Amino acid sequence: MTDEASLNLFQQQEANRRRTVVLVVGFVAFFAWLGFGGDFIYYLFTRDAPRSVYHHTFPWFGIGLSLVAAAIAWYAYRTGPEKVLWSTGARELVEPGTDKERQLVNVVEEMAIGAGVPRPRIWIVDDSDPNAFATGTDPLHSHIAVTQGVLDLCTRDELQGVVAHELGHVKNLDVRLMTMLAALVGAVALMHDGTSRVLRPGGGSSEERKPSPLLLILLVVWIISWILAPIIAQLLALGVSRKREYLADAMSAQFTRNPLALASALQKIEGAEAPTTHIKRGAAHLCIADPLGRRLTSHEGLFADALATHPPMAKRIAILRGMGYAQLKQESR
Amino acid sequence: MGPLVFLILLVVVAAWLIGAYNGLVALKNQTLNAFKQIDVQLKRRHDLIPNLVNAVRGAMDFEKSTLEAVIQARNQAVKVNATGPEGIKQISQAENALSSALQRLMVVVEQYPQLRATGNIGQLQEELTSTENKVAFARQLYNDTATQYNTKQQQFPTSLVAGLAKAQPADLWEIEDQGEKAVPQVDLSLKPKT
Repeated sequence: MTDEASLNLFQQQEANRRRTVVLVVGFVAFFAWLGFGGDFIYYLFTRDAPRSVYHHTFPWFGIGLSLVAAAIAWYAYRTGPEKVLWSTGARELVEPGTDKERQLVNVVEEMAIGAGVPRPRIWIVDDSDPNAFATGTDPLHSHIAVTQGVLDLCTRDELQGVVAHELGHVKNLDVRLMTMLAALVGAVALMHDGTSRVLRPGGGSSEERKPSPLLLILLVVWIISWILAPIIAQLLALGVSRKREYLADAMSAQFTRNPLALASALQKIEGAEAPTTHIKRGAAHLCIADPLGRRLTSHEGLFADALATHPPMAKRIAILRGMGYAQLKQESR
Repeated sequence: MGPLVFLILLVVVAAWLIGAYNGLVALKNQTLNAFKQIDVQLKRRHDLIPNLVNAVRGAMDFEKSTLEAVIQARNQAVKVNATGPEGIKQISQAENALSSALQRLMVVVEQYPQLRATGNIGQLQEELTSTENKVAFARQLYNDTATQYNTKQQQFPTSLVAGLAKAQPADLWEIEDQGEKAVPQVDLSLKPKT
């Protein structure tokens, strides 16, 4: 947490840009490995076959899969934010109808000024559980979504804290990395579901041939990476988001100068027991609080560290309270 | 070997010089931009006040002086035609006076629940709160950016380049109004009110 928090804004943005590039390159490289690995295995498999049978010499799979992966990554970058918003069923708030919506628009405008970023587009998720998330590729193309529950439960000050937290994610470019991650994790899960149906044994060849040990090892590694792909992607999504929450909390405190408001908002969000049903697993790491309501987030430790998307709420609240009291002390001096 | 070391040293120093210079220029422009943002919000506030006064005028004949103070402070603030961070003292004085006048009006509106119930006073109040917040946050951003700029140009070794980049310390937006500075007095002695 400290190594991340001690960077200045510019360095954070740079780190996020770099990580996004690494993510995309890793994504394409992984698919290239699957493709070219498959080609190689197929090549070894058909090398000793008689002349009349098909010989796999040109790496069609590798080139094809790499191109597909690059296309997916490009598509994810262009449409990731829309896809994330679409998956939660959010509606854009254009003409505020109620007083609360009017207030939300005002609060977002205020905090955008405080954070020094352009006003993001505002979305509402019709879910009674309080939660919020931000998405987008950069501050010029960013979106903030809050659930109806946040509007109903939070006071004006608390709403400010929540919106400022999300704007913190926008300003330090967390949104770019996390949105790409959401889109790519979704793509991997989708591809995996599709291809594992094809790869499932059943229609295998009944040829009686002894494959070489090298071929066997390659085959095993290759199949394992197919199986592990979605798990690795999921773990990546988890690890990447936890530390960011502390940082965004701190940025919220910096923008509003009112850490106690965010602390009490987090307490309300934590207190509302129901999971946020509109927000699915794929977008969980984007949210201010774990929408799945997993108990894992209630404590820290090796297990929770590896599997939870969010840091323990009690610790976040304690840190914010600490900031608040330090501030009060300074003012009364 | 000697000239090579000298050359490398020269390149390093030049790179640092360019970096420090550009950093200062970037911060200077950020400060100017943050100041423009305050201007935008102040303009918004000046435009909103006549509407607000018209909306409450009929309903509160009894608080004439409060309303007049707001109008007067607003007109005073509009008259100030200083632009840029150089005129910040002048602008901030007029605007701070307007802020405290508006705050008094808000307190008055708060005291008459029937006023809030009638018509769109509630909406106007939200609008006013938001405008005040926008001014405050724009001010905060300006002060933060200006402080960063000032610190950068005074710190060694960037201070060596400060003259080259024509960096001047930017004035901060101070709260000079006594009313805003004063700590509210809380009476906890439980004396019966007379």
